[in-house]
Amino acid sequence: MLRDITLGQYYQADSIIHRLDPRVKLIGTFAYIIALFVSKNVWGYLIATIFLVGVIKLSKVPVKFMLKGMKAIAFLIVITVAFNLFLTPGEAWISIWKLTITKEGAKTAGTMALRLAYLIVGSSVMTLTTTPNQLTDALESVLGPLKKLKVPVHEIAMMMSIALRFIPILMDETDKIMKAQIARGASFDSGSIIQRAKSLIPLLVPLFISAFRRANDLAMAMEARCYQGGEKRTKMKPLKYVRTDYIGYIILVIFFAGMIATRYIH
Amino acid sequence: MNVIKTENLAFEYIKRDDDGNVEGIIRAVDGVDLEVKPGEFIAILGSNGSGKSTFAKHLNAINMPTEGTVWIDGKDTKEPDNLWEVRETAGMVFQNPDNQIIGQVVEEDVGFGPENLGIPTSEIWERVEESLKAVGMWEFRKHSPNKLSGGQKQRVSIAGVIAMHPKCIVLDEPTAMLDPNGRYEVIRAARALNDVEKVTIILITHYMEEVTHADRVFVMDHGKIAMQGTPREIFSRVEELKELRLDVPQVTMLAYELKKRGINLPDGILTIEELTDHLTKMRK
Repeated sequence: MLRDITLGQYYQADSIIHRLDPRVKLIGTFAYIIALFVSKNVWGYLIATIFLVGVIKLSKVPVKFMLKGMKAIAFLIVITVAFNLFLTPGEAWISIWKLTITKEGAKTAGTMALRLAYLIVGSSVMTLTTTPNQLTDALESVLGPLKKLKVPVHEIAMMMSIALRFIPILMDETDKIMKAQIARGASFDSGSIIQRAKSLIPLLVPLFISAFRRANDLAMAMEARCYQGGEKRTKMKPLKYVRTDYIGYIILVIFFAGMIATRYIH
Repeated sequence: MNVIKTENLAFEYIKRDDDGNVEGIIRAVDGVDLEVKPGEFIAILGSNGSGKSTFAKHLNAINMPTEGTVWIDGKDTKEPDNLWEVRETAGMVFQNPDNQIIGQVVEEDVGFGPENLGIPTSEIWERVEESLKAVGMWEFRKHSPNKLSGGQKQRVSIAGVIAMHPKCIVLDEPTAMLDPNGRYEVIRAARALNDVEKVTIILITHYMEEVTHADRVFVMDHGKIAMQGTPREIFSRVEELKELRLDVPQVTMLAYELKKRGINLPDGILTIEELTDHLTKMRK
């Protein structure tokens, strides 16, 4: 299951979305997420669907990569749907045994599931088309004003990008340790929940030790390459808006305005 | 002037027990004197625990000497003001390829060093291109490092160091985690840098085969320099090497055993071609 998380996994392709300034993508993703929660009716989701499908098409990333991210949160969606379905008060619709599904419940459950799914797919579009370094740069630039308030923006951005870079490495490591423990008779998928949780200890302890060791090595390698924080640093890929980025912003504004407008359609 | 000079260099680890009391002191490097001239290819050999890696980390001001002094291009590494200049002059490649690549894309990783140095953007790109070409990884510039083989990752790490235009590169067991193919790739890249770009190379390793092309070889044992000389001089002292728990290349071993049985061969044969030459000459 762990391997299916596509968040933070860059998909190499040459598309308009890939070339878009990461700041546009970052702000766009936030605007998109807010818009999802702003809209209230079918029209809103129609616009969001058109927008999302359009962006996915333009990004040239195979749809199956987007959906992979979904598998990981399927469980979360199921729980959310279940809670909303059975626990929303209102007009009874279907009654099974002691459980009652209300019309309002069905509606909220559907909306929530759709929102979550769109949220994940939408943000994976960003992470699939933007390298973590670009994302870091964008974050640093967008949050730049906070530096005046002594917020360590550069450091936070750097930590995020390193965390993202090490996800696949630590995944592989987890896999290796798991196999090594299975070879010695450990079992990760049998027994009660408590037993299963306990069986994770021999997996997590070596994983943590190795992560610390890697962190130590990486810090040394970064220092050896003269890393000394954000000051005085130049950029290999400085962020510069070009025409397509302004067009991107205009499309975003239109999309956002459209989403707000749907609130007033009855 | 020497690129690297160390004088009576010593480094001690202090071992503490759980309560923080000093349990013992380990003298990992013990009185090392070394001088390296620009453009040399130096190899430092040693078995596990010989202090070779601890020594290497002094050349990049990661470790600070407990006693003695290290000068990199005439600058004392102990001076805090010299720190970044020292690291710019002596680049370092570490053992584990996964733990020293910062970028998610090959070219971004190579650009990391120059970015830190405050190099203007257009020049960073020039440096990235030239360094990736120097190690033969230019066609992989857009790839994710996670999808590369160990040897390729190490070549990217080397490119990342070259992009900072160091005068010398310290390779701290760059091949220890690689398969034979990867090892060959990395050593070939290091040699090419030395031959073509005249970069001073310090190669730390415990594989004897990798040092046959070095200008000078140092063998470390228990923190001290136990032997030094050209590869041929070193490899002619088979018995001593064995005592230092180092394996002599197979062909050198064979020549040594043959000589012991009374066949007239010179000392310190390094390559298969050399041995076959001598043997065919003998048959005529």
